[in-house]
Amino acid sequence: MSVKVMIPTPLRAYAGKRDSAEFSAATVGEALSGLTSQFRELRKHLYTEDGKLRAFVNVYLNDEDIRYLAKENTPTKDGDTISIIPSIAGGSFAR
Amino acid sequence: MAATTQPQTGAKPATSLSNEEILRYSRHLIMPEVGMEGQLKLKNAKVLLIGTGGLGAPLGLYLAAAGVGRLGLVDFDVVDFTNLQRQVTFGSDDVGKPKTEAARARLSNLNPDIQIDTFETKLTSDNALEVFKDFDVIVDGTDNFPTRYLVNDASVLLGKPNVYGSIFRFEGQATVFGMPEGPCYRCLYPEPPPPGLVPSCAEGGVLGVLPGIVGSIQAMETIKLILGAGENLVGRLLLFDALGMKFRELKLRKNPNCPMCGEHRTIHKLIDYYEFCGVRGEEAPGPDVQVPEITPRELKARLDRGDDLFILDVREPHEFQICNLNGHLIPLGELPRRVHELDSSREIVAHCRSGKRSAEAVDFLRKAGFRKILNLRGGILAWSDDVDSRVPKY
Repeated sequence: MSVKVMIPTPLRAYAGKRDSAEFSAATVGEALSGLTSQFRELRKHLYTEDGKLRAFVNVYLNDEDIRYLAKENTPTKDGDTISIIPSIAGGSFAR
Repeated sequence: MAATTQPQTGAKPATSLSNEEILRYSRHLIMPEVGMEGQLKLKNAKVLLIGTGGLGAPLGLYLAAAGVGRLGLVDFDVVDFTNLQRQVTFGSDDVGKPKTEAARARLSNLNPDIQIDTFETKLTSDNALEVFKDFDVIVDGTDNFPTRYLVNDASVLLGKPNVYGSIFRFEGQATVFGMPEGPCYRCLYPEPPPPGLVPSCAEGGVLGVLPGIVGSIQAMETIKLILGAGENLVGRLLLFDALGMKFRELKLRKNPNCPMCGEHRTIHKLIDYYEFCGVRGEEAPGPDVQVPEITPRELKARLDRGDDLFILDVREPHEFQICNLNGHLIPLGELPRRVHELDSSREIVAHCRSGKRSAEAVDFLRKAGFRKILNLRGGILAWSDDVDSRVPKY
């Protein structure tokens, strides 16, 4: 199953500036694995140290949040789009 | 016939429009979707804008133009020269003035009939509920995560809709949180990102017109909520990609386990949001890591003396084009791969724009075994301030 993963702007710096990448995957988890294998630096931005998806990052399969589907076990079909939606606040950031 | 032009505060809602108002809003009134009834709803509406910056600009302008009877403006900041690239309520004369004051002047010129309340204060857990209570709709035009969570929680606790918009570089998001049957901000993002992960506009940049578009969408949603017209963005996350000129939409579900708006609420009062977001006690920007530093004046003195210093610039190529100290450019993100270009036997001074990225670079290099490495405190901005004012600041 060929799925497209959309990479949001704040994470593009860690993905070779790409805005999307295609992977062969049967589940959302596989596609994300493909993504973090190809772009290793993305891993720590998407996952905690114990391998869980970070809570400020939402993953959608087409227009549905995977938390309400089967999470990373959600099966994918050819042509599906996976979107990673991190929270953005816009403007200055207290740092 | 002499109906009021000022909305009554607190007491009875307005029940009529003056002839002048009828003429002003004629383009609304001739639409059956608005009509006299809709315009009166707008006149009686009380909308609170949190933030009068990039998003707040179109919000204030369009809501004032539409005749929202009472507009509250919350912002503790003053107008900065760099704001004029996108905060179109302000003019060059406004630089240095409190934003609420400048916005009030502009908006009351646009529409003298509406009431404008200003709150030149930082919104905190101590004042939010009090500030929000008299308003019907809250519009979130803020620029930081702690305030986003604060605005969300206060809106949900008070049962008020929260029209949300946010931007980053070329992308925007918009939705309506806080409706009883809809999700809240925490349903979407139960946890904030760690500080420093998502750059600010000052660090990441933003195309000025982007908040103009997203803020206008927020204004549109606010007006629709007041009128009860059309389909609103409750339960829908609108994503805008300005470069591709594409709108997408994702479903936002109310999380039944949401600690704020779910079936079993566990949050009953406002918390310390700065602690929640991990940004305790940081007023002035400073490096996140402690590294050995050199000030611009010290650096200049050493260079004048003829010391052999290697200047490492960790900014991006397009920043180098704006101004530079003739350093060797290795963008921070490339440093791990290009560390072989550096000679650890030489004394290295790393710099960036403001000293934050270069502090990370120095930290990284020290962990990699470099011993003779210093961070230029305050970056090229401080160099411009303290050593050579011909170097442009950006």
